[in-house]
Amino acid sequence: MNQLQNFTKGFFKENPILVLVLGTCPTLATTSSSLNGMGMGIATTFVLVGSNVVISLLSKMIPDKVRIPAFIVIIASFVTVVDLVMQAYVPELYEKLGIFIPLIVVNCIVLGRAEAYASKNSVLSSFFDGLGMGLGFTMALGILGAFREIVGSGAIFGYKFIGGDGILVFILAPGAFMALGYLIALINRIKKT
Amino acid sequence: MEYILIIISAVLINNVVLAQFLGICPFLGVSNKVNTAMGMAAAVVFVIVLATIVTYLIQIYVLNKLGIAFMQTITFILVIAALVQMVEIILKKISQPLYQALGIFLPLITTNCAVLGVAILVIKKNYNLMEAVVFGASTAVGFGLALIILAGIREQLDLVDIPKGMKGVPVSLVIAGILALAFMGFTGIVK
Repeated sequence: MNQLQNFTKGFFKENPILVLVLGTCPTLATTSSSLNGMGMGIATTFVLVGSNVVISLLSKMIPDKVRIPAFIVIIASFVTVVDLVMQAYVPELYEKLGIFIPLIVVNCIVLGRAEAYASKNSVLSSFFDGLGMGLGFTMALGILGAFREIVGSGAIFGYKFIGGDGILVFILAPGAFMALGYLIALINRIKKT
Repeated sequence: MEYILIIISAVLINNVVLAQFLGICPFLGVSNKVNTAMGMAAAVVFVIVLATIVTYLIQIYVLNKLGIAFMQTITFILVIAALVQMVEIILKKISQPLYQALGIFLPLITTNCAVLGVAILVIKKNYNLMEAVVFGASTAVGFGLALIILAGIREQLDLVDIPKGMKGVPVSLVIAGILALAFMGFTGIVK
């Protein structure tokens, strides 16, 4: 597989949220607006790329038996970096995403890519795999966030373009579940035909 | 009285799954059958309470003392992973029936973000140890409640003719949305 395919598979064919349905917790929690969703996506992308590269570099050195704890330590280190950087430079977004920044550690996408891809492939492939998967994740979060923001408050990226209040429930918790449910159903439908 | 407020708030109002979006993976993954849902719920209660106590003590007596609170994420996830392994080994030795009931769910719990989530939330909210335990236990009960309700609905769902694209995850998500809507009705019980 060439690098381009490797990069683009994360967007459609193996999109982590819409097709593989991994990492649903941050997906639902941070998409009350498109900006929050994409902020979360970019933070996760950074962790994914970093951990993928480091893990593929070290995969020969890590004994097979302790590989999962070793992967988790590497991932957790990158999450701590993201956590501190975001706290320093984008405190507003950091406040909004709150507990879901440290929780990137337990995002199944990150550990999943480490175990299924980075530990078996070259550094360059792992880099593109991480980048593609991360941006695919960001894209899905952006779409879901934009949908919820438009329907829920008649705005996009915080800019209001429809009068009135919108359907408030889509900003709140129930709307998150339903919006994602219907989005995945739509993707399933498109895939079948 | 304070404890009762924490319990009601954690179980019903700020339900961990339906309002805070923690632990969605197992929520969707093991909600096929009511029996397995109950096993998972019991295992989660057990692990969350244990993990909350251990991580709380580590935060207070190790991380804060040494001034390395930024190591929280790394430390907590390792402690939780080790703890789950240990619980599994101990249960296998001392109580075979309990191991049979909870055993298969234990490895899954490490990746349950509710466990790490509660551990971090307790520190963020500045609870004391007793409040932390009550909060952890009631959050876990809330998780179990939502899980068992969803499992009950999904068992009935087997008999229904659903459009093809909606089968599996999508329809579960929509049901979870309706459940979340119902749980929103509890808002305002506690001010």
